[in-house]
Amino acid sequence: MHKITATNDFVIKFANINGTGSASANNMFAKSIFRSGIPVTPKNIFPSNIQGLPTWYEVRVNEKGYLGRRGGVDFMVATNGQTMMQDFQEVLPGGYFLYDNTKPLAPNYKRDDIQLIGIPLTEICIQEYADPRQRQLFKNIIYVGALSYLLNIQFEVFQKLVEDQFKGKEKLITPNLHALELGYRYAKEHYTDTCGLKIEARDLNQGKILVDGNTGTALGAIYAGATVAGWYPITPSTSVVDAFEKYCKRLRVDPASGKNNFAILQAEDELAAMGMVLGASWNGARAFTATSGPGVSLMAEFLGLAYFAEIPGVLVDVQRTGPSTGMPTRTQQSDVLPAAYASHGDTKHVCLYPADPKECFEMSFNAFELTEYLQTPVIILSDLDLGMNDNLCDEFEWDDQTAYNRGKVLSKEELDSLEQRWGRYLDTDGEGIGYRTIPGTHPTKGSYFTRGSSHDEYAAYTESSEAYVRSMQRLEHKWDTAKTLVPKPVISNSSKSTKVGAIYFGTSTQAAKEAIDQAEDKQLHINGLQIKAFPFTKEVEDFIEQHDYLFVIEQNRDAQMKTMLVNELEIDPKKFISILNYDGMPITANFISKQFINVMNQDKVTPIQKADRG
Amino acid sequence: MSFIRPNIRHPQLKVNEIGYTRADYEGALSTLCAGCGHDSISASILQSCFELSIEPHKVAKMSGIGCSSKTPAYFLGKSHGFNSVHGRMPSVATGANLANRDLVYIGVSGDGDTASIGMGQFAHVVRRNLNMVYIVMNNGCYGLTKGQDSATADRGSASKKGVPNPFSSIDLCETAIQLGAGFVARSFSGDKEQLIPLIKAAISHRGFALIDVVSPCVTFNNTVKSTKSYDHVREHMNATGTFDFVPLKEEITTQYSPGETEEITLHDGSAVRLHKATENLDFSSRRSALNEIERFKEKGEILTGLLFLNPQTPDTHEMLGTTPTPLNKLTYEQLCPGNGTLKSINESFK
Repeated sequence: MHKITATNDFVIKFANINGTGSASANNMFAKSIFRSGIPVTPKNIFPSNIQGLPTWYEVRVNEKGYLGRRGGVDFMVATNGQTMMQDFQEVLPGGYFLYDNTKPLAPNYKRDDIQLIGIPLTEICIQEYADPRQRQLFKNIIYVGALSYLLNIQFEVFQKLVEDQFKGKEKLITPNLHALELGYRYAKEHYTDTCGLKIEARDLNQGKILVDGNTGTALGAIYAGATVAGWYPITPSTSVVDAFEKYCKRLRVDPASGKNNFAILQAEDELAAMGMVLGASWNGARAFTATSGPGVSLMAEFLGLAYFAEIPGVLVDVQRTGPSTGMPTRTQQSDVLPAAYASHGDTKHVCLYPADPKECFEMSFNAFELTEYLQTPVIILSDLDLGMNDNLCDEFEWDDQTAYNRGKVLSKEELDSLEQRWGRYLDTDGEGIGYRTIPGTHPTKGSYFTRGSSHDEYAAYTESSEAYVRSMQRLEHKWDTAKTLVPKPVISNSSKSTKVGAIYFGTSTQAAKEAIDQAEDKQLHINGLQIKAFPFTKEVEDFIEQHDYLFVIEQNRDAQMKTMLVNELEIDPKKFISILNYDGMPITANFISKQFINVMNQDKVTPIQKADRG
Repeated sequence: MSFIRPNIRHPQLKVNEIGYTRADYEGALSTLCAGCGHDSISASILQSCFELSIEPHKVAKMSGIGCSSKTPAYFLGKSHGFNSVHGRMPSVATGANLANRDLVYIGVSGDGDTASIGMGQFAHVVRRNLNMVYIVMNNGCYGLTKGQDSATADRGSASKKGVPNPFSSIDLCETAIQLGAGFVARSFSGDKEQLIPLIKAAISHRGFALIDVVSPCVTFNNTVKSTKSYDHVREHMNATGTFDFVPLKEEITTQYSPGETEEITLHDGSAVRLHKATENLDFSSRRSALNEIERFKEKGEILTGLLFLNPQTPDTHEMLGTTPTPLNKLTYEQLCPGNGTLKSINESFK
């Protein structure tokens, strides 16, 4: 039988039951790879449930540093009877299937192209532990111990991990180490030289961290000086506020008084959450909320107000699979269009698209700077895959020379020294942005009435068509200013000159880059462009201009980013070929490269531009 | 369009303790219908702030959408105002208050803005005991859309269209008492003598203070069959008593015999002094307040005045443990932990 053999390049998947303690064991496994110095990408595929439903954890090990999903499973750890057959079938030919052989496999589990690795997890636990909860929990640790042997991961790595994990709870160290040893020993006794997948320690993770995107976003908000968070619980965004609170409690409690230099308020719904953000931002605090698609639908009302009345506010949208309730624990990039144009009337919003936790951290800070400078809401479009999974990225960095740019805000002294009549919505320096005042600043100057109804340059209510058109045109002018301030795209040129481009953003980035390399191996050359923000900057327009046709890779059904590119930049839609993954699972490199190759090989026979343009 | 008053003032206008004249608290000219109850309430808010010597720029006026929500443009022109979206003023006021706890927040809303589209936010801002004054200009109808019944219209009451309202009404005072408000009062736009001390006490109260002010809509709901018409309210209103607001520095000289008068000290040291008209009412008891409101309702009458007062309830900031410094005044040094700390945070992700 052919056995898959690979060193530091494989996919291992764990099939578990939700609520059985598998998550921490699986995390420990992923971290052991990270600490062995090899790039690793774990993905948690979990149900909308607290206990009892199937959950999976897929770990990609790749020393070349490809961090997207690859597709396919080389090694399955199957501990869930409900999904065992499906998991059994999913293993690639030549792969490995680790299962609990306390009871023999049913006769219908027949494959002669994979290697079975039976470990009597239940039996070992019954012998070792009296407490039923321990029997459950340690099963997970035992299979991790077995993997340590089978994949040749240094046992010391686990020892250190257990010690770190249970710092302060030393009593738990010995039993966990013992469980790891039980698994290790059993595998060593029964499966010498069985597994062709190996981990060889490297030193590739210098300067890297393994962290979830929501933590990055939350830390970005801390470093940006955000003080107010109004929010409503919703998967997969809840952990943004959880992390914000955790670090606030650590870093933002006044040591002398014990009082909080922050306020986090759980709202009654997403409407109120966004209202709190706008109230606080209007009043001069940096404020944010975190939600997902269903929350964005509700917040649309306030986003329109913020756009028209020009109030800052940061909204973190950790996208999940829509429409409606959709699949709450699966990923998608399907709020791209609704976020950009949320609310009635002519509205549009600045959007940022982070691709890894470091970008979450940076863009979170960036969002606060932009929202205050532009006096308009800024939406960070993360997603479940990025937000809730640990992602490998560069360490977070902060320049201590940074000063917050609070934008065009008049102080008491500035109000006193004004020579001309101040108007809240007067564009005095040509950027389309007026000077605002914070309530309480000056006893007699600078007060104004903020409203979502039509107003003139002096914030007075107006039904004058001319004044309305002037203000809408100024907002359009401000939008042009935004184009010069938002993060620029990242271009990755092919080794050879080519007229084919690929556009990707957010969590499609890693898989897209790998797919471009896969195509390159077949002599098909593609230049890549990672979009980081909406509105689109000049660089995006130029890149499209420079190519005959471009793939647009996104994780939604309706090609939302393509629609925006076509509409905003007035591009012929035939210039774009969409690659769309919307099954709720993170997009894979194989899925993308297959379509690259199909299209480009066909293009060699009948060039696409000619064919399409007739 | 908004009008701007001529800036001509009589040189001997009376000034308050901080040197402001009453005119310094005025706003733009009202664009509401002539005779609208709302304008009287605006005037009472203005008068209260003048008498309390509050600096106008230390007040934030918050509102939603509707006739009532327009009024913040018509008083305290030197204060910032925020006319937000329909029914959402409470959340915007909450955010504003979280950002700066040092301002006085006066929220103005209507019966549609509060009891229908904004019922959820109203309930929750009460629960959180946000330090604000929440004034409902309650006329039982939707004025701006031409007189539809609102959720506070009494069953059987008929507006200009003449059709009696078939639905139960929401009593905002009872709701607020049940949800834990510390200060609850009802008044009438036509009774400034009652309303002004109530507003002054509400501003001095720390925590959520509701004043539900019946404010007749002269255009759509001032009919003979309406229970929110001027005539009906005047004939059927019964005050819980007369009411004085005693600022901190004023020495209490008059002696009242016990039983008739109750004095309650507010958080800031000022006091309300009540000369009770109804012996049954214990202002510190939720149950008593609810009983009395219902007892008068059964007689077809409207109980006005202070209904409930508990000056010792912790407000939102106290419950959250927020620093006394307004959050919008914290400095970079207080907010940003710096790169050294970030390095150690990075270590925890390895």
